[in-house]
Amino acid sequence: MPTHYYLVISALLFSIGVLGVLVRRNAIIIFMCIEMMLNAANLAFIAAARELKNMDGQVFVFFVMTVAAAEVAVGLAIIVTLFRNKETVDVDEVNLLKF
Amino acid sequence: MSLSLIVLFPLIGFLINGLFGAKLPKPVPGVIASLAVLASFVVAAIGFLQVADSGAAINETAYTWMSAGSFRADVAFTLDQLSGLMILVVTGIGFLIHLYSVGYMAQDHNDPESKKYARYFTFLNLFIAFMAILVLADNYLLMFVGWEGVGLCSYFLIGFWLEREDAAEASKKAFIMNRIGDFAFLLGMMLIFLAAGSLKYTEVFAAFKANPELFSTGLVSLTGITLLLFIGACGKSAQVPLYTWLPDAMAGPTPVSALIHAATMVTAGVYMCARSSALFDAAPTTRLIICAVGTITAIVAGLTALAHTDIKKVLAYSTVSQLGFMFMAIGAGAYSAAIFHVFTHAFFKACLFLGAGSVIHALHGEQDMRKMGGLASKMKATNLTFLLSGLALAGAIPFAGFFSKDEIIAQTWHAAGGNSIYLLFAAVGLVTAFITALYTGRQYAQVFGGAARDEHLHEHAHESPAVMTIPLWILAAGAVFAGFLGVPHIPGVPEQLHAMANWLGPVFGEKHGEESANWLLLGLGAIIGWGGWILGRNLGLKGGATSVLPQNSSLSLDRVYNGTIVRAGDLLATASRWFDEKIVDGLVNGVGQMFGQISAALRLTQTSFVRNYALSMALGAAVVIAYFVSRG
Repeated sequence: MPTHYYLVISALLFSIGVLGVLVRRNAIIIFMCIEMMLNAANLAFIAAARELKNMDGQVFVFFVMTVAAAEVAVGLAIIVTLFRNKETVDVDEVNLLKF
Repeated sequence: MSLSLIVLFPLIGFLINGLFGAKLPKPVPGVIASLAVLASFVVAAIGFLQVADSGAAINETAYTWMSAGSFRADVAFTLDQLSGLMILVVTGIGFLIHLYSVGYMAQDHNDPESKKYARYFTFLNLFIAFMAILVLADNYLLMFVGWEGVGLCSYFLIGFWLEREDAAEASKKAFIMNRIGDFAFLLGMMLIFLAAGSLKYTEVFAAFKANPELFSTGLVSLTGITLLLFIGACGKSAQVPLYTWLPDAMAGPTPVSALIHAATMVTAGVYMCARSSALFDAAPTTRLIICAVGTITAIVAGLTALAHTDIKKVLAYSTVSQLGFMFMAIGAGAYSAAIFHVFTHAFFKACLFLGAGSVIHALHGEQDMRKMGGLASKMKATNLTFLLSGLALAGAIPFAGFFSKDEIIAQTWHAAGGNSIYLLFAAVGLVTAFITALYTGRQYAQVFGGAARDEHLHEHAHESPAVMTIPLWILAAGAVFAGFLGVPHIPGVPEQLHAMANWLGPVFGEKHGEESANWLLLGLGAIIGWGGWILGRNLGLKGGATSVLPQNSSLSLDRVYNGTIVRAGDLLATASRWFDEKIVDGLVNGVGQMFGQISAALRLTQTSFVRNYALSMALGAAVVIAYFVSRG
């Protein structure tokens, strides 16, 4: 399969992720969308590695997955704490930081 | 005996009364203060006798005050014939007035503790100390210390009843008007230093004598220096146009008026000019101006005194007028005549003021002469002493004022040999002498003569205690006899009766006895003195209810000053305020407001919706990517 197929799918996944972050209000959904954007980037790395016959891209993917795991731990902890305090995970309800 | 002691004793009294006076029972602060001044007087008298014995001045350097490069100022005192006479007057009359004050101030019913009483004597002692410094200083700088010091004490004492609005205003006015003169004095002093390189009297005069050219190079000119010194004297000695503070100074306690605003401080200007006689002698233009100013002051103040009905105001204007006479003498180059008048005037004017204080005290604070009258029988001692010193002021022969005033007019007349305009000054002087006799006679008759005009006041009038009448008697004796120290040169008069001129001669380098007495002026003086007195007495007895001139005709500079200088000051202040509020504050506030508004606009972007922030991040990322893509 030609490489640009993978790249198109990667771009589609990333765009869906961005759109999800921008339009959804549930913090968990937003969080999942961010994960999707990361994985879209991973897909692009893998495709590029195969195309260039170079292992660097695959190494990067491992790094991204590690960081994403750590990020999930921190992010979910924040969401849990948020729910404990405000009994909601709607990000529009969390609006104290303004003028 | 050390000359420093003369200054030190009142300073010690000042410290004791200032630190502990409020805790001492009532007559004690007054007694301490009086003793301090008496001690000064004794030391001064010993020094005076020493000078009389040896004929040489006593010099004493306490310590070097400052020394910078070629400039050097010592705290050094000198007691010569001139300063010796002045210090005797200051401490002697000062002591009598302290003594009088012990009785006068004790009756302040608003002062149950001796707080005010102690404050009064604290400042009175400080005044004597500064006056002693002024008189005894052997250089201009130290004289200036005393000069400023007496001004300060005068400010404190005029505003002694500081809860009274008029007293507070008057003290400020006196201080500010004096500062104008002080500034000129300071400038004159700087020019002297520029010319002579020293401020010590002897060195300055020696430098001038050796090389008069020094005093007319570049910025420096002798006329300028002497004029600046004279303007300084104008402020302190209440000459036109800086005299308006002195009548207002009557807001202070009456003994203060007697001591500071009649007998001693106001003569400081005359003393300073006499001290600088070596310079003034060589500046005929300045002396002409001085004589003119003195003459104008004398007649204007005399006419104003005629218009007033307040017992103290009449005496105040009379003081201004007499100071005018003294400056006439300075202007005519007759320094010993000026000092002679300072000497006699100190006696009779102090006595008149203290007598007025005694009357005011007896009438429970009433100062309006229209409500007085018929006090002669009630207050025997005050009446007689007031009469004697009044006659002295009026220049009635043979009282003290006759000789000193006649000497001044004769000397001015004599000066006409050089410049005939002095004839005019002498003539105006004669007219002023007549006016003086007129208002003095009127005042005496209105206060003591005739029948009581206010029964209630008259009923309660009583003679003052002995502590107040004894100083009156001593001063009255001076008013009667002091004149015999300067009798004109009539053949057959023993030499002792020219003591004043002979005594001061060495200081001024004057030679007297060459011009014989001017019989015309002597005769005129005798007629004017007694004639004016009798006329004034009749006026006072007859039309006692009114003053001779209507009150509002008083030739007061106050209105002119209020209309011009004070108004201009107000306008300037208003303009400055506008500038400060609108321009300066406007700029500062404007900058602040500008940033406030900018941030208010930017604040709207902080919505707190996470999606908005995410959108701006995404857009930012898109822009960055678009940029790199478009660059290829």
